[in-house]
Amino acid sequence: MARVFTYITHKNGVADDSALELAAAARTIDPAASPTAIVTGFAAELDAVCEAIRPSYAEIWKISGENLAYPNAELVRKALVRVLPAGSIVLLPHDHFGIDLGPGLSIKLNAAFVSDAVGIDGVEGKCLNVIRQEFGGQVSAHVRCDVSTGAAITIRPGSFKALENAPVNGTVVDKSSEAGALESGRRYIETIVAESGDVDITKHQVLVSIGRGIQDKDNIGIAEELAEALGAAVSCSRPVVDAKWLPKSRQVGSSGQTVKPKVYLACGISGSFQHLAGIKGNPLIVAINKNPRAPIFQVADIGIVDDILEFLPEMTERVKEVSGGKASAAGTRG
Amino acid sequence: MEILVCVKRVPDTSENEIQLDGNDIDRDDLVYSINEPDNYAVEEALQIVAKAGGSVTVATVGGEDDEEVLRREMAMGAKQGVLISDGAFNGSDGRGIATILKAYVQKNHYDLILTGVQADDGAAQVGGMLAALLDVPFASLVTSLEVLEGNKLKISREVEGGNKEVSEIDLPCVLSIQTGINEPRYVGMKGIRQVAAIEIPSFGASDLGIDAGGAGAAGAKVTRTDYFVPTLGKGAEILQGSREENIDKVVELMKARGGLN
Repeated sequence: MARVFTYITHKNGVADDSALELAAAARTIDPAASPTAIVTGFAAELDAVCEAIRPSYAEIWKISGENLAYPNAELVRKALVRVLPAGSIVLLPHDHFGIDLGPGLSIKLNAAFVSDAVGIDGVEGKCLNVIRQEFGGQVSAHVRCDVSTGAAITIRPGSFKALENAPVNGTVVDKSSEAGALESGRRYIETIVAESGDVDITKHQVLVSIGRGIQDKDNIGIAEELAEALGAAVSCSRPVVDAKWLPKSRQVGSSGQTVKPKVYLACGISGSFQHLAGIKGNPLIVAINKNPRAPIFQVADIGIVDDILEFLPEMTERVKEVSGGKASAAGTRG
Repeated sequence: MEILVCVKRVPDTSENEIQLDGNDIDRDDLVYSINEPDNYAVEEALQIVAKAGGSVTVATVGGEDDEEVLRREMAMGAKQGVLISDGAFNGSDGRGIATILKAYVQKNHYDLILTGVQADDGAAQVGGMLAALLDVPFASLVTSLEVLEGNKLKISREVEGGNKEVSEIDLPCVLSIQTGINEPRYVGMKGIRQVAAIEIPSFGASDLGIDAGGAGAAGAKVTRTDYFVPTLGKGAEILQGSREENIDKVVELMKARGGLN
């Protein structure tokens, strides 16, 4: 079997959760072999990350460079192409970085590419069986991937649970000289931090969260009325922000806010993994959606197959009766 | 600036329950339309040429049925539609599609190539592969774009937590455009009728000099064998009562969780 590598993303000297998830994914490809971690970066932050993952990886390849201090996928790709042995299988997180790096890396390695794998279902001859999802997570697919010339595979965050193995006290190998000088036609300038909005959805105990199923800007009022009756805030999924019906600060998800409410009412939200990644703290998730195959029903506690445009106003009336017409005291925290 | 936007016709599955049919999904009753993120890419291209001059071409790899999405994007303002079609392309994986597009691009001249961020298969792969095959820079998840002096762009990418990663990128390049970057213009029936008579040229494998192993099933390293309905997690308890009963149940559960007093 080909040698398996994992690419470790990190920020401020701290390895991403995917560092251990990718190690677990690698074991499903070859349970006997130990994957090798690759970390790119610069100076103290790079060394801190390498040190932090030593208990989990027997071998760690570090590639240090001043222009790798920020992970520009174009530069990282060039470094990886120079250091990786032919036929390697490389696992990357399926996030904004893996999406940027993976497809082009597979071309330059002359390797197969599978995007957003949620499961790995063993090896058959020269093929790896991979599970992924299509159509917004409504259906899954079995995919056969010919790994005879290697592969780059992006792994959906949270799909593999970190293994609890005994610490291995791994060796850090400096591969910087093999990577050589790196240049790209894409140059990182700065990161602009997201602005905070009128309502801080991260501070609310109850969220009435709306998705594409709200259908029209004029219908947002019915969600706001329910939120008012509940003493809750209105949050949303990406399509509502794309349509400019609510500001970006109300978006829950990996590219929006991470929320930790007690109750999350997912109203007309299909439940993409990027959206679900923004819901933490194990809230009661109630999903209301017309489509019984909406992926949100796979993760919700309670599901109701119904039209939110009719359901929400009736629920608002009921909540007002129960709470005697005044807003719930659950309110905000913090 | 000459801009190519690569688009795809996809089934609209957001509102409908997908049924399985053998190793595929049942496509008979599905309505097909343009992959929504591609509209943002075409709109962005149109806004660039409105300022910088040039024209927008839309291309798709597919069959005759796919002409309708090219016409839709032409009705938005794309000057030219191009259908890249050949039986030999059937069964292509992402790399195969990128190889086909590369062959087309190399027979023409484009300063900028855009794609939507992803399509129905959620792979988000063709743009990055095309850039690597062409040896030009790539950036994904682009949420703003500005043309600078000196044959380059200033772009923002969407990264975690709604933060924006700002970079400079040299032209020519390939960008995948994230939804929400702009507000794609409305296309009415009248607009579609106005472009109905424009000829859409079609190019096949021999026109583009693509050999048998370069694309199609023979060249595919990645093959989908079947679909299945996922059973991730324990799944929700689906309430089967009347709407009134369901609302009462939700209110009761919210009270138990301290979400309602």
